[in-house]
Amino acid sequence: MTQYVGKPLSRVDGYDKVTGKAKYAAEFDVPDLLYGYVVNSAITKGKIKRIDTQAALNLPGVVKVFTHENRPKIAWFDMKYKDQDAPPGSPFRPLRDANIVYNAQPIALVVADTFEMARYAASLVEIEYEEDKHETAVETNRHKARKPSVGLTTLFKPGPPKPRGNFEESFSASPVQMTGEYMHSMEHHNPMEMFASTVVYEKGRHKSGGRYTIYDKTQGVTNSILYVSQVFDIPFKDIRVISPYVGGAFGSGLRPQYQLFMAVMAARELKRSVRVTLTRQQMFSLGYRPANVQTVALGASADGKMTALYHGVVSETSQYEDYTEVIANWGAMLYPVENYKLDHKLVHLDVATPMDMRAPGGVTGVSVLECAVDELAFNAGIDPVEFRLMNYTERDQIADLPYSSKELRECFRQGAERFGWVKRKPEPRSMRRGGTLIGWGMATGIWDAFHMPARAEAVLMVNGKLRVSSATADIGTGTYTIMTQIAADTLGMPIEDVLFKLGDSDMPAAPIEGGSWTAATVGTAVKTVCDDLAKKLFKIARKMPNSPFAKATFTDVVFADKAIQLKNDTSVSVSLQAVVDANGGAAVRETSSALPNLFKQRKYARATHSAAFAEVEVDEDFGTVRVTRLVSAIAAGKILNPKTARSQIIGGMVWGISKALEEESVMDHQFGRIMNHNLAEYHVAVNADIQDLDVIFVEENDDIVNPLGVKGVGEIGLVAVPAAIANAVFHATGKRIRTLPITLDKLL
Amino acid sequence: MNLTTEAPLISKKTPLLPATHSVRLTVNGSERELQLAPWTSLLDALREYMHLTGTKKGCDHGQCGACTVLVDGKRINSCLTLAIMQEGKSITTIEGIVQSEGGATSERSDLHPMQQAFIEHDAFQCGYCTPGQICSAIGMMHEGHAKTADDVRELMSGNICRCGAYPNIVTAIQSVMHPQPDTL
Amino acid sequence: MNPFAYTRAEGVSNAVRERASEHTAKFIAGGTNIIDLMKENVERPSRLIDITHLPLATVDEMENGGIRLGALMTNADTAYHPKIAERYPLLSKAILAGASPQLRNMATDGGNLMQRTRCYYFYDVATPCNKREPGSGCSAIEGYNRIHAILGTRDTNQDIHCIATHPSDMCVALAALEAVVNVTGPYGERSIPFAEFHRLPGNTPHIDNTLQDDELITAIDLPARGFPDHYAYIKLRDRTSYAFALVSVAAALELENGRIAEARITLGGVAHKPWRRLDVEAILIDKVPSKGVFQQAADAMLEGAQGFGHNTFKIELAKRAIVRALTEATNLNSL
Repeated sequence: MTQYVGKPLSRVDGYDKVTGKAKYAAEFDVPDLLYGYVVNSAITKGKIKRIDTQAALNLPGVVKVFTHENRPKIAWFDMKYKDQDAPPGSPFRPLRDANIVYNAQPIALVVADTFEMARYAASLVEIEYEEDKHETAVETNRHKARKPSVGLTTLFKPGPPKPRGNFEESFSASPVQMTGEYMHSMEHHNPMEMFASTVVYEKGRHKSGGRYTIYDKTQGVTNSILYVSQVFDIPFKDIRVISPYVGGAFGSGLRPQYQLFMAVMAARELKRSVRVTLTRQQMFSLGYRPANVQTVALGASADGKMTALYHGVVSETSQYEDYTEVIANWGAMLYPVENYKLDHKLVHLDVATPMDMRAPGGVTGVSVLECAVDELAFNAGIDPVEFRLMNYTERDQIADLPYSSKELRECFRQGAERFGWVKRKPEPRSMRRGGTLIGWGMATGIWDAFHMPARAEAVLMVNGKLRVSSATADIGTGTYTIMTQIAADTLGMPIEDVLFKLGDSDMPAAPIEGGSWTAATVGTAVKTVCDDLAKKLFKIARKMPNSPFAKATFTDVVFADKAIQLKNDTSVSVSLQAVVDANGGAAVRETSSALPNLFKQRKYARATHSAAFAEVEVDEDFGTVRVTRLVSAIAAGKILNPKTARSQIIGGMVWGISKALEEESVMDHQFGRIMNHNLAEYHVAVNADIQDLDVIFVEENDDIVNPLGVKGVGEIGLVAVPAAIANAVFHATGKRIRTLPITLDKLL
Repeated sequence: MNLTTEAPLISKKTPLLPATHSVRLTVNGSERELQLAPWTSLLDALREYMHLTGTKKGCDHGQCGACTVLVDGKRINSCLTLAIMQEGKSITTIEGIVQSEGGATSERSDLHPMQQAFIEHDAFQCGYCTPGQICSAIGMMHEGHAKTADDVRELMSGNICRCGAYPNIVTAIQSVMHPQPDTL
Repeated sequence: MNPFAYTRAEGVSNAVRERASEHTAKFIAGGTNIIDLMKENVERPSRLIDITHLPLATVDEMENGGIRLGALMTNADTAYHPKIAERYPLLSKAILAGASPQLRNMATDGGNLMQRTRCYYFYDVATPCNKREPGSGCSAIEGYNRIHAILGTRDTNQDIHCIATHPSDMCVALAALEAVVNVTGPYGERSIPFAEFHRLPGNTPHIDNTLQDDELITAIDLPARGFPDHYAYIKLRDRTSYAFALVSVAAALELENGRIAEARITLGGVAHKPWRRLDVEAILIDKVPSKGVFQQAADAMLEGAQGFGHNTFKIELAKRAIVRALTEATNLNSL
C-alpha cells in the first residue's frame, strides 16, 4: 500500500514550527534555572598562568565559576571522552588543565541566576597567559604533513587506496593534460540555533547521585547520553537526553559540543538545573570544515579518454585528533581511469579539531576534481557534458564493483535539457547579456548511499492510533514527515492517526543523524517494526472470536483503511480499533531492529549522483558574480517525499552558492584567531543571493541499497554546485579561480 | 517624567547589581509587568522572563533576523533593543501574530495566512529562523514596498535561513501578497 | 555587557544636561550599534540616556529650500519619505543599500552618523586596537584587512595608527549632498558641515568625529540642491545584500548644455570618514561627460591610496566604481 510515500506532503511538524511552539534546546522552561556563560581563551597556545575569578564571584547572583583549578573530578581515560563520531586521537577535554591548545578554547564557566549576570561576570574573569609560539596555517606548514592515523571512523571514511597502474608514466604520455593547485579556507556550519544544553537536575534514587533530563542540541541523543554517562560516571538510567527540534546542525551536532559538558558538570556539582548557551562568536570555536590545499593532475588521450589521475590533499587537523574525510577518492569513483594515484595527508596545527560539515570531504574533493575535469575537457576541445559521457563508468574503480544503480547519464540528459545547455557557445567570454558576461558551467556530484543499523518501536494505542518512535533526529531534513508516511502506508492508516516521535534517549537507539543515511536507516527500521507490528496485529485478529481470518495467513491480508482486509475480498475486514480492543484493553507494541543486508550490498558500490548546471553573470569591472540560474538533476533512488526532498536539494544548492562565492572563516595567523567570527562578516547566502533554482529528481530504482530503495538527499544537493559555478565563472571570464570563495577581488 | 536609576559603579573591584525596574510591556495585546534590569534586551525579556520562546536568538547582534518581532506594526530585531525602551509600545511575536494581524485563514484554522503559506510551500526546514521570517514578511507587507519577487528577495535579506529555504520563502510570501483563489 | 543605569530623557536640554553630568554616559536611540558593541564589551557606558522620546522624528522644509531631518527619524522612514525619495533620491538609495529592513526600522539618522567601525579587531577585545584601547597597537595593518582603509590613514608624521573605515552608506550620500549636522550641547547649539563631522584617525584614532562628548545631534540639514536628475550610488560588497561596503560611491551631477556644472563624488568603505575631494570634483566642471574625464577624476580621487595586502584591490575597484557611478549619473550609456 502506498498512499503517502512518494507524495509531496507538507511537514507534519510544520504547525509547531510556524507557530513558535516547537521547542529547541534552550527553550524548555525549568524552575530555578541557573545560567552558565563560557569564558574562552584569548590566546592560541600556551598555559593559563593565573585565573582570577574573585571579581566575578563578588557579583550578586553569581553562584560559581568553574575553571581547571576547581573543576570537579571527571573521567580520567581518553576512551571515556570518545563519542560516536570521534576521530582517532585524544578528544579535547574542557577544563582539563592549564594548557591552551587552540584559540577560543573554553577555559571557564560562570554560573549565575540570570543570563545577563553570568555574561557580565564572565567579562570580569581575569586571565594571565604564558604564550607559546603557534602554527595555524596549512599552506606554510604543508611540509609537515603526514599520514593520518586509522580508527573507528575510518570505516566510513576510507583513506586513499593504493595507486593503480602507473600515473606518472601515463600522465607524461597524455597528449591532453591539466595540473592545478587549489585551496579553500575553513568554513563553519553556523546553524541558526546556537548550541545549547538545558540540564534539569532532580534528586536521584540514591543519596549521592541526581537524575538528569538534558535538552541538548544534537544530531544524536544516543551520542550525548553515552558521552555524559562516560565522562561524568552517571548511570544511563539516571540520564535522559531529549532533542525534539534541532535548529539546523549540518554536521556540527554529530559530536557533543562543550556546552553539554559544561552544563552537566555545573548541574552535577551545584545540584541545580543549569542552561548553557553558546554565543554566535563561540560557535566559531567549534569544529569546522578544514582548510586544505589540493593538487590535481589529469591526463587524457587525444580523443578525450581519461587515462591518468592524481589527486593529492593536504588538510588541517588539531594537535590532538586526526580528523579525516574522503576528499581524494571521488575521481576514481566517478571516472574509469586506468592509472590513478591518490593521497591524503594531515598537517597538525594549533586549532580545534575539524568536524563533518554537510557533504564532508565530498564537496571539498569534488569541487576541485570537477573543475579539473572541466579544464581537461576544455584542453581536449570537448564539451564538458560530452566529455563526462565519454568517460562514464558503471563501476566504482576503487571498490572494483558495479554501482547498485546509477542514473547519472539521465541526470546529464535531463539537466542539460532543462537548462538549455545545447545553446551554450563553447568559447569562454563568448556570451553576454547587456554589459555583463554570462557563463554556463556544469559539474557532477556524488555521495555515498549509506545504510546503518537502527531500532524503532511501533505502538498501536488503545485509541486506535499509531505511535512510532526511534531515537533519531530531524535537523530540518524532514525525518518526522517521511517516517510518518512510511508508517502510515505500512499499516494502512491515515496520516492524521500516526504520530512519529524522535530525539529521546529513552527511545530505541538509532545512529547519529548524518551522512544522508537517516531516510534509509531509520526508514528501514520504521518499515520493519511496522511490518512486525502488522504480523502481531494479524495474530491477534486471527484469534478474535469468529475471526474472518481464522483460516487466513498473513500473506492473505492487506492493511488498509485502518483495518486488516482480505486481499481477494477487501470487504472482509477487521478494524485496527477492534484488534486493539481485543488485546485486553492494552496497546499492542513491537520493537524491531533493522540491519543493512550486507550479503546483498557487498557486491555493489552504492552512491547518489547529480549533475548541476549553473549560469552566472559577471560584472567584469567589479568582479561581482551572480548565480542567475541553477539546475540540479539528482539520482538518489526512491524519493519518499518530493516536497521535503526538493527542499533538501535546494538547501544544498544554496550552500553551494554560498560556498562558491562567500564562505570563509578567516584566521589571522598573527593571533591564530578567526577574526570574522560573526554573521555580519562570515557571509552566508542571504535571500537576495538566490535566484532561480530548479530541481529534477531522476527516476532511479534500486533494490540493493535497502528495502525502501532510498539513498538520501541531505548532501548530494551541495556536492556538484561549487564546481559548476566555478566552471561557469571560467566560461564567463576565461579565468580559472582555484581558491574558494570566488570573491570579487579574485576576478578584478 | 524622567525615569532615572542609580548608576552602578563600573569597577572590577566593587561591581554592583544593576537596579531593576518595574517594566510594563504590552505583548500580543496583553500587558505584563516584569522586574527587569536595564540590560535585559527585548529578546531576552520575551524568551527568559516571559517564556515566549517563539522569538529566536540566532546571533544576538542584529546579524541574522531570527529575533524579528513587530513593534507598533514595524519589524525590528528584538536583540538590539532594551526591554525597558519598549514600554508603551505594542509588541507582536509569532505567538500573537494571528490575533494582532488580521485573524486566521479560515474558521477551521488558527493560523495566519502567512503561517499557512509557509507550511504549504515548505518555506522552512529546521524551523529556527521561521518565526522571524514570518514576522518579517508580515512587517514587509505593512511597509508596502515589495512588488516583485526581486523586491521580496532584497527586503527579506535581513532574515538568514541557513537551511537555504529562500526560494520557498519567496514563493510563500508571494502567494500571500497576490492570493490566487486556487493556490491557498 | 556591563551593568548600567537608565534614564529616559524628555526634552533635548534635559538629555544634554544628563549627559554632561556623567562623562561615561551615552545616548541611546535605535540602539542597533551601541547594544551590539556593549554585548562585545567594546562599549561600557555607565548610563544610557534614552532619547527616543524626544520630539526629533521630524521632516521640515527649510527657508533656503532644503529639508531638515530630525535626528530621530529612522533610516527607513527617511529613505521612503516622499520628499526625500523625490528630492534626494541619492540619500534614499544609499540608505536602502545599508543594513537590513529591520535595522533600518530601528536605526536613526543621528545614530547612523555615530556608528562605529566594523574593523574585526576593534570588535574583538582579545586583540590590540588603537581605536578601542589607545596605544595598544593596530592589529589590522599586518593582519586581515579586507574591509580596511586605503586613504587618509597617515598622521602628520606619516605614521599609521589605525586603518579602520567608517561603515555607513547614508553618510556617504550626506557627505556628497553637503549636509549640515545640527547639535546641541551644554553651551548651546552649533552646526557642523558634514565634511568636518567625521575625522581622519591621525594619532588619535579613538576619536571618530568632532562631536563633543556632551553634545547631542538634533537634526541633519539637507541643502536645497538634491541632484534628483543625475545621481548614482554604487555599493560593492561580498554578498548581494546585508553586508557592509567594500567600496561604495555616491556621485551627483548637474548638467547644463551638455556640460558638467556641478559635481560631487564621495567614497565609502575606503577611509575613516566618507572620502571627498573638492579638487577632484573641480576637474569635472565644465567638461563634457566622457569615460576619459571620469577616469581622470577616478585616478585623481585615489591619489595617494595605499593598500595593506588584503585590501589593496580596493584601489582599482574604487576607480572603476567611480567611473561607473559617474556614467550612471550622466546616463552616459544612453546618451
